[in-house]
Amino acid sequence: MDDIVIQTRDLQKEFVRDEFHVIALKDVNIEIHRGEFVALMGPSGSGKSTLLHLIAAMDTVTGGEITVLGENLRKLSDRQIAHWRNEHVGFIFQQFNLIPVLNAIENVELPLKITNLKKQDRIDHARTALELVGLGDRLTHYPRQLSGGQEQRVAIARAIVTDPALILADEPTGNLDAASADEALTLLSRLNKEFGKTVVMVTHDPHAARFASKIYHLEKGELLGQEAAAAD
Amino acid sequence: MAIPITYNLRNLIVRKTTSIMAALGIALTVAVLLAVMSLVHGLDTSLKATGNPLHVLVLRKGANSELVSGVSREQFQDIKFKPGIARDKAGEPFASLEIVTVINLTSVDAPDGVNVTLRGLNPIGVELRDELKLVNGRWFQPGKREVVVGASIAKRFPGARMGEKIHFGRGDWDVVGVMQAGQSAVNSEIFGDLNQVSSDFNRSEALSSALLRTTDAVSADALVKALQDDQRLNVSSQLETEYYSKQTTAALPIQFLGGLVAVIMAVGSSFAAMNTMYAAVARRSREIGTLRVLGFSRGSILLSFFAESVLLAGVGGLLGCLLVLPLNGLTTGIGNFATFSETSFNLTVSPSIMASGIAFAMLLGAVGGFFPARSAAKREILVALRAV
Repeated sequence: MDDIVIQTRDLQKEFVRDEFHVIALKDVNIEIHRGEFVALMGPSGSGKSTLLHLIAAMDTVTGGEITVLGENLRKLSDRQIAHWRNEHVGFIFQQFNLIPVLNAIENVELPLKITNLKKQDRIDHARTALELVGLGDRLTHYPRQLSGGQEQRVAIARAIVTDPALILADEPTGNLDAASADEALTLLSRLNKEFGKTVVMVTHDPHAARFASKIYHLEKGELLGQEAAAAD
Repeated sequence: MAIPITYNLRNLIVRKTTSIMAALGIALTVAVLLAVMSLVHGLDTSLKATGNPLHVLVLRKGANSELVSGVSREQFQDIKFKPGIARDKAGEPFASLEIVTVINLTSVDAPDGVNVTLRGLNPIGVELRDELKLVNGRWFQPGKREVVVGASIAKRFPGARMGEKIHFGRGDWDVVGVMQAGQSAVNSEIFGDLNQVSSDFNRSEALSSALLRTTDAVSADALVKALQDDQRLNVSSQLETEYYSKQTTAALPIQFLGGLVAVIMAVGSSFAAMNTMYAAVARRSREIGTLRVLGFSRGSILLSFFAESVLLAGVGGLLGCLLVLPLNGLTTGIGNFATFSETSFNLTVSPSIMASGIAFAMLLGAVGGFFPARSAAKREILVALRAV
């Protein structure tokens, strides 16, 4: 496999709502390479989140091709996609989406439950991930006992615990204050630079986008172009 | 690997009010079912504990109970010398001619009275019943209006306790003893002298049955056949154990009604469990979406919510067992349509009955949980994530 992690050709996504056809993505051609930190920017309804969901195989395309990590996602079954996503993709949500009844280490351990790792190994991996995000002293805290910034760091730990090649983040700083947002973005940048993870982040915040190495702009479902981000 | 069960367990604890309400609904259903089962099991145990496999009971041909049977003294003389009948130390055949009728006893619980079996027999009839023990007083004396009452009778009817007098037949009868025979139906009977009882009821010649002890099981079967085949005697015969086993049909109406009530309640409980689980699925929609994004398959989601419903129902089943446990050992009586009298017995909540109750509860949970679990599994990831 070459170093292209994500490749789309004439990618289209069309939603049918009631009797109306809404084109969310139109002939999108994009290539993202291994080790890149890409920001997808654009106004609401531009299709940036839709593109991210298609990359994560959380939704199905209506036209064109999409290849992620060498897999043509259109050819995989539902079960194969679930397995593939667990193994290769870490996803970070705007609203953290931690499981409220599980504590920090249990939340982080959750994706490892699908793997063949033994209990002790799972715990060790989860602890390491939490220590990496600076929450080694919050292992048994429940989400309600954590601040928003800490919750997002737990979510980042959960996204990286399976050691995925690709990290996808949907407005990861949207629900955070400026300081917490910077912490989360610094973490993503570190994962990209130190651990070589490919990161694709959807954001509407120009400050957040500056942490990326490349920025793609979308508008009305079309890719307008790219620019290199100037890091702070 | 599946979604950890702690996830489901903690969710049940978090929404404890709805969990408890749903579990209680299931608990009540299970309690009704277990109460009926313990009643049927208690009666069954009592009737199956009655009788000796070496004993042969002789009735009039066509009679299905001692109460409607008729065996004359003349017939008995022929019967008691049949081959295969055991003999006592004096060389006399172990054969007891008996009269069975019902008398009415009143109690605080039954002011209108309850039919109780009265049995007239000779001392050999008492001797025949090995398991029978006198727990208080003495045995009745021949030729006197004296009775010995079963332990359940003494317990349930204050007017029939030691030292009291019972009025029936042509006068008052002294209660001179209390007898007990394990768990058997004899505990619900009253014993008196054969001749005195038959005389008081003007049935000196028309008695009810003959009980015979055989030397061994092979002889018992042979004697049953010989008596059946004897056209001259015109009697029917069967093992005493078989006779009492057949009377378990007395519990059929209660079994049917109780079963019907339990089924109706089960449908309601199942819908309650379903409603609870649908609410849980709706409330945790975003969690379902997140679990799918983390890589859990639709099958794992289905299994997880299904297991949660079964777990909830299992807790309900356990509660149902606890609710019904105080009934264990409680003495009650049931009208026996074969004898037209009351048979007393102990309600029995055995471990196997409780296990059945829990299994039944889990079945309710499975039925109620399947459709909500399927709806959770079928939910598209983005739809699930967007739920508020």
